[in-house]
Amino acid sequence: MALQIDRWFSLVVKPLVFVACLLPLAWLLWLTWQGQLGVNPVETLSHRTGDWSLRFLLLTLAVTPLRRLSGWNRLQRFRRMLGLFAFFYVGLHFAVYLVFDQFFDWQAIVADVAKRPYITVGFTAFLLLIPLAVTSTNGMMKRLGRNWQRLHRLVYLIAVLGVLHYAWLVKADLREPLLYGGLLSVLLGYRLWWWRGRGHSATVIRSTR
Amino acid sequence: MLIKKPADIRPSEITPPELYARRREFLKTAAVLGAAAILPPALGGRIARAAADDNLKPTPYQDVTTYNNYYEFGSSKSDPSENAGSLKTKPWTVTVEGHCEKPGQYALEDFLGSQTPEERIYRLRCVEAWSMVIPWQGVPLNKILPRFQPTANAKYVEFTTLLDPAQMPGQRTRLLSWPYVEGLRMDEAMHPLTLLVTGLYGKELPNQNGAPLRLIVPWKYGFKSVKAIVKVRFTEQQPRTTWSSENPDEYGFYANVNPAVDHPRWTQKKERRIGDLFRRDTLPFNGYAEQVAGLYAGMDLRKSF
Ligand code: HEM
Repeated sequence: MALQIDRWFSLVVKPLVFVACLLPLAWLLWLTWQGQLGVNPVETLSHRTGDWSLRFLLLTLAVTPLRRLSGWNRLQRFRRMLGLFAFFYVGLHFAVYLVFDQFFDWQAIVADVAKRPYITVGFTAFLLLIPLAVTSTNGMMKRLGRNWQRLHRLVYLIAVLGVLHYAWLVKADLREPLLYGGLLSVLLGYRLWWWRGRGHSATVIRSTR
Repeated sequence: MLIKKPADIRPSEITPPELYARRREFLKTAAVLGAAAILPPALGGRIARAAADDNLKPTPYQDVTTYNNYYEFGSSKSDPSENAGSLKTKPWTVTVEGHCEKPGQYALEDFLGSQTPEERIYRLRCVEAWSMVIPWQGVPLNKILPRFQPTANAKYVEFTTLLDPAQMPGQRTRLLSWPYVEGLRMDEAMHPLTLLVTGLYGKELPNQNGAPLRLIVPWKYGFKSVKAIVKVRFTEQQPRTTWSSENPDEYGFYANVNPAVDHPRWTQKKERRIGDLFRRDTLPFNGYAEQVAGLYAGMDLRKSF
C-alpha cells in the first residue's frame, strides 16, 4: 500500500508539480510572443521573474513548517524541486538584467553591484544560491553529511536578502515588499519557535534522565 | 579630447556626445538587426524599430497615455490611466500668489490669456531611467508669468498640484506628503524651452498626463514636470519640493538630467527609450545642453543635483 502511494507520488504528483512550476515561465513566454508585456516589456520581464524568484524562495521555506504542521512527510520531497526552481527563476531574472539592462557590459555590472545597495544585495543572494544548487544532489547530501544542513541554512539569509532587495528598489510604495517580508517573518519565526521548543524538550529530557 | 572623467566636465564645456554616440549606434544597429531576425515578432518588431529610430521619433500615443508616474492616482504605471478618468478638469481655477503685482484666482482660460498653444516635440527622461518622445501642445511659461508682474523678490516659482483625495485615490494613502509641490528658479521658469502644457498629440491633454494644465521642463527629470496645477506662487526662498524633501539624498531641487551624477538606485548613464529593447546613452541635460547649460555656469552640478 505504502509502496503504491510512493509510486503514484513519484509518477504523477511530482511531475504535475514540476509542470506547475514551469507555468509562470510559460505564461511569460506566451505574453512575450503575443506582444502583451506592456509598454516596457523588459521591465515587465524583470519584475515578473523577480516576483517568482521570491515566491519560490518563500514556497521552499514553507515546506518544512507545512510538513510538521500537517504531518504529511512526503511534502519534504518537494523541497529540493522548489528550491531549484527558485534558483532557476533568479537565473532568468539575472539574465534579463545581463542582456537587456546591461548588454554584457561587465564593467557597468561591477559598478552597479558595488554602488547600488539593492543590486549588491540581490547579487549576493544570487551568488549564495549557486553552492546550494550545486550541492542539492543526493550524492552531495551524503558526501557533506551534517555540513549539508549547515550549508543549506544559508537559504534563510538568501530569502532575507531577497526581501531587502525588493524593499530597497521601490521608490515610495513599500506595501508589497512588506507583505513578502511579513510572510518571511512568519516562516522564519516558526523555525525559531520550533528550535526553542526542541531546545526546551531536550533539556527537559536531559534533566529527567 | 573626447573622453573625460565626469568630475572634469563643467556645463559650459559640455559637447553633445552625438558624434560618439553615432559610432556606437551603428555597431548596435548591426547587432540589433541580427537579433531581431531570430526573436519572436513582438520583440523583434520593437528592436527593428529601435534600430531605425532617431532621437526625436514620437513614442506611440497608446504608450504615452498608459505608462505614467502619477502617484495621486496610484503607484503603478497603469494606475493613472485606469483611475484618472473621473477627475473633473472643467471648470479649473489657478491661484497666483506671492511676490507679484497681480495675485488672484484665475479661471484657466484667463490664466493662459490669449496665447495659442504651440506644438513642441520633447524628450521626456524619467529619473527611473526610461524615456519617451512626446509631442506636446502648450504655451511657453515665459509668455504667461510676466502678466502677473513678479516683483524683484520673486527668485523662484512654486507649483502645486490639486489636493482632492475624493477625486485622487492615491492621496488617500500616505505614499507622499500631499499636495505635490515642485518649483523652478526664475531664470529656469523663464527659459524658452519651459512649457505649460494643455495638449498631447494634437488632442486635449488626457487626465493621466496631467490635465488640464501641467509643466514640462525637458532638460530635467520627469518628476519636476508637475501635473494638474492649481497654484503658482512666486517666492524668495527655494521652494520645498516634494521628492527632494521626501528623500534629499536621492532627489535634488535642480534634478537636471545628468549622466555623470548617479541616483543611488538607478545609474543615470543610460536609459531605455520606450519601444527600444536595449538602453541608450543619456545625454547631459537630456540633449538640451546647448540651450540650457548656460543657466548653470559656475555651479557644481554634482552638489546641486
Ligand atoms: C535571490 C535573488 C533575487 C530575488 C529574490 C529578486 C527579487 C526581485 C523582486 C521581487 C523584484 C521586484 C519585482 C517587482 O517590482 O514586481 C526585483 C526587481 C529587480 N531585480 Fe531582483 N531579485 C534577485 C536577484 C537579483 C539580481 C542578481 C539582480 C541583478 C544583478 C537583480 C536585479 C533586479 C532589477 C534590475 C530589478 C528591477 C528594478 C527596477 O525596475 O527598478 N535582482 N527582484
